[in-house]
Amino acid sequence: MKRRFSIPTWIPTLIFAALVYLAVQYASDNEVISRYWYQVIQFAAITAISALGLNLIYGFNGQFSLGHVGFYAIGAYGSALITKDFGRVPWSGDRIGALSWILAAQMGIVLTLALFRILHIGDLRKKMRSALSAMLRPHECNVICTVATLIIAAIILAAGYYATIGLHWAAYRVLDAFFAVLPETLISPVSFVLAVLNGGTMAALVAYLVGLPLLRLGSDYFGIATLGFAIMMYTALQNSDLVIATMKGARGMVGIPPLTTWGGAFGALVICVIIMRNLIRSSLGRAVISVREDEIAARAMGIDVAQQKALAFSFGGFFAGVAGALFAHLYGFLHPSSFSMIKGFDPLIIIVFGGLGSMTGTIMASVGFALLIEGLRVVLPQGFEDWRFVIYPILLLLVMLLRPAGLLGTREWGWLRQPLPPDRDIPVPQRAGSQGEEA
Amino acid sequence: MNNAITRTTLRGIVWAIYAALGVGIVWGVVQLVQMNGPVYFVQSVIDGLRLGFVYALIALGYTMVYGIVRLINFAHGDVFMVGAFTSFYAISQYGWGFVPAIVLAMVVCLVLNVVIERVAYKPLRNAPRIAALITAIGVSFFLEYFTALKWVFSADYITYRRPFDVVVWNIKGVLITNITIIIVGVTTFLLLLLTFIINKTKVGKAMRATANDKPASRLMGINVDAIISLTFAIGAALAGAGGVLYAIAFPQIWTFMGIMPGLKAFVAAVLGGIGNILGAFVGSLLMGTVDVMVVSFVPGGSRFRDLFAFLILIIVFLVKPTGIFGETQIEKV
Amino acid sequence: MTDTILSLDGAALLDIQNLTMQFGGLRAVSDFTMGVPEHGLYGLIGPNGAGKTTVFNMITGLYVPTAGAIAFDERQLNGMPPHQITQLGIARTFQNIRLFRDLTVLDNVRIAYHQHAGYGLVEAITRLGRFRRQERLLTERAQDFLAVFGLHDRQLEQAKNLPYGEQRRLEIARALAAQPRLLLLDEPAAGMNPNETETLMQLIRFIHDEFDLTILLIEHQMRVVMGICEWITVMDFGQVIARGTADDIQRNVAVIEAYLGKQFGKELAADAAASR
Repeated sequence: MKRRFSIPTWIPTLIFAALVYLAVQYASDNEVISRYWYQVIQFAAITAISALGLNLIYGFNGQFSLGHVGFYAIGAYGSALITKDFGRVPWSGDRIGALSWILAAQMGIVLTLALFRILHIGDLRKKMRSALSAMLRPHECNVICTVATLIIAAIILAAGYYATIGLHWAAYRVLDAFFAVLPETLISPVSFVLAVLNGGTMAALVAYLVGLPLLRLGSDYFGIATLGFAIMMYTALQNSDLVIATMKGARGMVGIPPLTTWGGAFGALVICVIIMRNLIRSSLGRAVISVREDEIAARAMGIDVAQQKALAFSFGGFFAGVAGALFAHLYGFLHPSSFSMIKGFDPLIIIVFGGLGSMTGTIMASVGFALLIEGLRVVLPQGFEDWRFVIYPILLLLVMLLRPAGLLGTREWGWLRQPLPPDRDIPVPQRAGSQGEEA
Repeated sequence: MNNAITRTTLRGIVWAIYAALGVGIVWGVVQLVQMNGPVYFVQSVIDGLRLGFVYALIALGYTMVYGIVRLINFAHGDVFMVGAFTSFYAISQYGWGFVPAIVLAMVVCLVLNVVIERVAYKPLRNAPRIAALITAIGVSFFLEYFTALKWVFSADYITYRRPFDVVVWNIKGVLITNITIIIVGVTTFLLLLLTFIINKTKVGKAMRATANDKPASRLMGINVDAIISLTFAIGAALAGAGGVLYAIAFPQIWTFMGIMPGLKAFVAAVLGGIGNILGAFVGSLLMGTVDVMVVSFVPGGSRFRDLFAFLILIIVFLVKPTGIFGETQIEKV
Repeated sequence: MTDTILSLDGAALLDIQNLTMQFGGLRAVSDFTMGVPEHGLYGLIGPNGAGKTTVFNMITGLYVPTAGAIAFDERQLNGMPPHQITQLGIARTFQNIRLFRDLTVLDNVRIAYHQHAGYGLVEAITRLGRFRRQERLLTERAQDFLAVFGLHDRQLEQAKNLPYGEQRRLEIARALAAQPRLLLLDEPAAGMNPNETETLMQLIRFIHDEFDLTILLIEHQMRVVMGICEWITVMDFGQVIARGTADDIQRNVAVIEAYLGKQFGKELAADAAASR
């Protein structure tokens, strides 16, 4: 199979990306575009990151999640809690208060999960169940097994809780020392990067935990269950002032340092695209996609379907969290209405439009979406909000009915494309009757 | 280790656990009753059951449609809303009485749902289920936001005018209104009518057959498309009636009023076993009771109502996704 | 009751004892016992609905048996998840071809190599370490494999665009790429004309010899089974009704009855009695 000589795909893509970055940066620096539109363009990049995350979960892995906005919210509020501490008045007492707790909590949860895995709780349960079912009637066996599991789980959770407290003590000391030696000018950017990363990891961790029980549900049940999660998250946000005063519940959180820049947002987008593309164009990516194609066949091919679903869901959550964190620091305030159910449909509409299973399509659709919304806001200011949500569903319906594959289907551009296998002469063994009749 | 002794010990433990659970439940109920007095408790239960009856009317639509086309009709809650608004206009602007208004609401919702089915769902009948679900969500949003436009229903909260005066009876401190009687009465009547149609008429038999096996039903000469539309129609009529009753009970309507009752009715249907009519009824009563009890007994409960509903949903999905009356389905490989 | 094993090579690679599958009120498989020795080419036949695919599903872990035991190389398989069973060395094809339709022919086969990919998540994302080398090796192995099956010309086509016969071949190739010791083929000749069936039979014989496999075959078409299987188990209504070589089975009254009805069974018995 011969192929013409062609430039490695990443070169045109890199050039294009560099041009986009420079164009926007120049336009902003020289006031070709207003600050308002500068923010809109950043928002477009942020939306793209979130949408890519959902595309990984739904487009590539086939799991219909309606809970994406919940992870977006976690990233947004979580990162805001971290950076607000570094402001003039730390809300938690000192500037590393939130960060140390957040880090400790995440490590604690990972540790607890690891404990469950190390102690082989799953196997323990199975052995207990089979040992007991020989002696007792099924419902009795169920009762004892459930209670025993709960007791064991409670012990491990308690261990995890105390471990978290210990981890916090350590994290606090480390962070304190670290920020003490850090030069003054670097504190803000470093805290921002840490906040964004933690926004992502928090969301990813919650996604993993939420996915543990829910991912085994079938297609539409999973959608409804994740929708339930998103609504629960929304309710929690509206009442968040009961737990953390500075989140101010339904009144909205303010005073978040506006640290997102075009460079930051675009850089984050580039990194996310790289991660996603490398993941998809590898054996792991193929395994993730095979789950979408045919779960049963994937199992028969030796693929741990549950693991692949968890992988995709967690990564998708991570991207959503990062996007949320960048969003929080774009405008400097957060309001639960940005994370409501209908807002949660933005990423879904985008990926369906752009083409499920197409990263390029998602990015294009995200940019188009962000610009279109703002454009509409300018064109019909009166009743904009009213009509906006009437047009959304009509567009969605039209796409579903007329072109369900979306704009790009599964096509990609440039470096994102499926790499062709290297040119080689494949040795064809001669074998009697191996070619057979082809219809 | 002696098997017999271990067995008896384990059995003993199981009974101890059951006893502890029983005691716990009894203690819990006693606490609830004591918290604000028995009158308050009974009042909550009655209000909860009343709400459950209204949810039942919505839940039946969900369960019937799911049983026949395996679709979660997200827009169902919004049909409920249209019913409420239709009766509002009939009563307030045209002075209609209660019965004509509710019948009108049922008819309007029926027609609306059939139109939705033909336009949005039928073309996707052979598409993957998710496509239909996304479309259903789209229809739901469209109904909500379109009716919220100023020249349709507007986005305001509108005070509903009841078509009759409220009469309250005080039975040993528990307040029962004629609204409760009417809700229970109308719902029971409609439910009995539905059961009669499904079990005793030819059409009902056709519906059951179609829900069971579409291709075979087609081969038997059943007009499957018509039966599906009929199912949507009946479900919508019930929801429309539910909307009127809900508005009478809670006389404030707005175009987004259908979201939460719709979702809760859906949870109720899942709880009872989606596709199962008795399950939808039982699930709704449970759901309604829990909903009202949360508000009555949990401090600040009205902020967390919805959370509880979804907690129930998640628990059902984890423990027994097929619900109380549902049957486990094995996928043929 | 254990199966009489043809060769004396040793214990059975696949040893099924008293397997039962109950779906609520329906007993799909009842007290099924069978042994397949290493390197055997065995057949499992029976009329539609006899429970053959259910047995396969239980072996591969898609269903959990209600009762009975399945041992593979002396390891108990009961309750093991399907992907683990595949990793132990059992691969299968499906009655109604389950290819990854939107993926390319090459990708379908490459997925089978996922368990032996040789690199992890971090290496995939950073493209460092073993990734490049392992991915290239993986791709080359997959391509060579396709060449053996005559599919390498179509390696970049989407699986759904292949003609039916090639789709079947691809599914078999994909199962083989998982490097199994035991290959389960579920009605591989379904929907094929006599020419294609002949080619398929040659293919099965070829892979049996070339890859040193043990093969268990469900098939409906008599000539395929009679032509290539060393030993045949016949099922009806979830139970074993006969075992033996092709010749034995062809003359077995119970088998004839199962396929053609009691009438023919009686006639056959009468013929047999008359010719003695």
